[in-house]
Amino acid sequence: VGVLEGEAQARSTADAVARRSYGKLVAFLAARTRDVAQAEDALSAAFAAALADWPRSGCPANPEGWLLTVARRKMIDVARHRRSGEIATAQVQLLSEGLHAAEAADIPDHRLALMFACAHPAVEAGIRAPLILQVVLGLDAKAIASAFLASPAAMGKRLVRAKDKIRQAGIPFAVPERAELPGRLAAVLDAIYAAFSEGWTDPGGIDVARRDLTDEAMFLATLVTELIPQEPEALGLSALMLHAHARRRARRSADGDYVPLAAQDPALWDAPMIAAAEALLLRAGELGAIGRYQLEAALQSAHVHRCRTGQANWAAVVKLYDALAALAGSPVVAINRALAIAERDGADAALAAMPQVAADARLADYQPYWAARAELLARTGAHGEARRAYEIAIGLERDGAVRRFLQRRQTGLGD
Amino acid sequence: MQYILMLYVNEAGWEKLNKAEQEQGVAAYTAYTQALTKAGVFKGRQRLQPSSAATTVRLANGKPQVLDGPYADSKEQLGGYFAIDVPDLDAALAWASRCPTAGHGVVEVRPFWPPEQSLG
Repeated sequence: VGVLEGEAQARSTADAVARRSYGKLVAFLAARTRDVAQAEDALSAAFAAALADWPRSGCPANPEGWLLTVARRKMIDVARHRRSGEIATAQVQLLSEGLHAAEAADIPDHRLALMFACAHPAVEAGIRAPLILQVVLGLDAKAIASAFLASPAAMGKRLVRAKDKIRQAGIPFAVPERAELPGRLAAVLDAIYAAFSEGWTDPGGIDVARRDLTDEAMFLATLVTELIPQEPEALGLSALMLHAHARRRARRSADGDYVPLAAQDPALWDAPMIAAAEALLLRAGELGAIGRYQLEAALQSAHVHRCRTGQANWAAVVKLYDALAALAGSPVVAINRALAIAERDGADAALAAMPQVAADARLADYQPYWAARAELLARTGAHGEARRAYEIAIGLERDGAVRRFLQRRQTGLGD
Repeated sequence: MQYILMLYVNEAGWEKLNKAEQEQGVAAYTAYTQALTKAGVFKGRQRLQPSSAATTVRLANGKPQVLDGPYADSKEQLGGYFAIDVPDLDAALAWASRCPTAGHGVVEVRPFWPPEQSLG
């Protein structure tokens, strides 16, 4: 076997292991010490050792076990150097325990516990999604920073701080007790959905880092539903993301223009993916505990049904938004609810149902608020006010395709 | 791991309670201490006199500068602490939320450095 061939094989094996097992290996290495950064360093050293060793000695039959053993030896070395006397002995013993288990093909899967640690209420809410993407999927700080529109240096610092918090504060690597599970799971699901939404803000799929993020988020959600299959909200989140993802090709015309839901061609939707979403939602419903993500998935399902059959179902849609507003009220929900009311009762009723900037200052620079307001004002014939609202919405929009769409609507207004 | 539960309270509140209410308050803390002891996690506790009894010291040009009052002049003041030894933060937070202070003040939970990394 040639040297180059051996190197290529080593690299492809290492890549495959990283893809399928990175989070599993980090979770296993960090479970006892709660030191995520140390586990990541040891694992990356083990991968480097693999790329040096495997081309010469051949790829091991159990590459995960090989990497774990090397990584744990590195951690033991670090513990010996860093500390002295009794403490080092204790730490080394802790790290060596079950070293044989690492040789076994079946590594216990602590990824869920790792996700619960990353989304612990004691960790700053805004860093939970980036943290999960890094430690469970192995994304580097640079890729995460670009997806979350942050500078790599700032993102790197916040990730380091979050890992320090986990280690110093003694945040456990554990799936919470039954009684606490729903509340804590909500934080994990919120982090996954935040990652998905970041990916989703690039619907054209031009930015590779962001497009990949939607796939990674869907992978994480699937992982959660596999590890705790009886949690309806995890199933609801998966269903919601599948629904959104199924329509991704229909959201842009051939010319790259934004196509609103009502104007989309259902033939462009991914029908098997929609069917999979519906099946998940059905399974969630059978578990008998409604929640935010199930309601949002049900709304997607209602929109799909209406567009496919042409039968208006706005009364049902408004009811779903009512339930969602009662459970997890937010400006987004209030605005979408008003837009549904417009279809059921007319634009005047919808304008009355819209949230007010005076009551919520965040709305002042929230694009969907101004776009919705412009649309409703246009329908009531208040074209002057509508034009001004479109102007604000256009000024706030990041996405060029949506901006062009709003500009066309504005130009189309009469006097 | 060892944690300190720092109890921040509105000091004016205690004065407003009548005698029976104050006795009830003391009894709640006694019961809480017993629960900690029974669970084998209790490491210590102290109740502080009001911040009006506090004095701060710092060196200015090498000379001690002594001032009346607490370090931070806020409405809620450190009124005492419990020290506990539990496996992890979740256990510490569970004990903190059972502490009577959580009902009328704020409990700050912080780990101690392990002995080999503490000062001195």
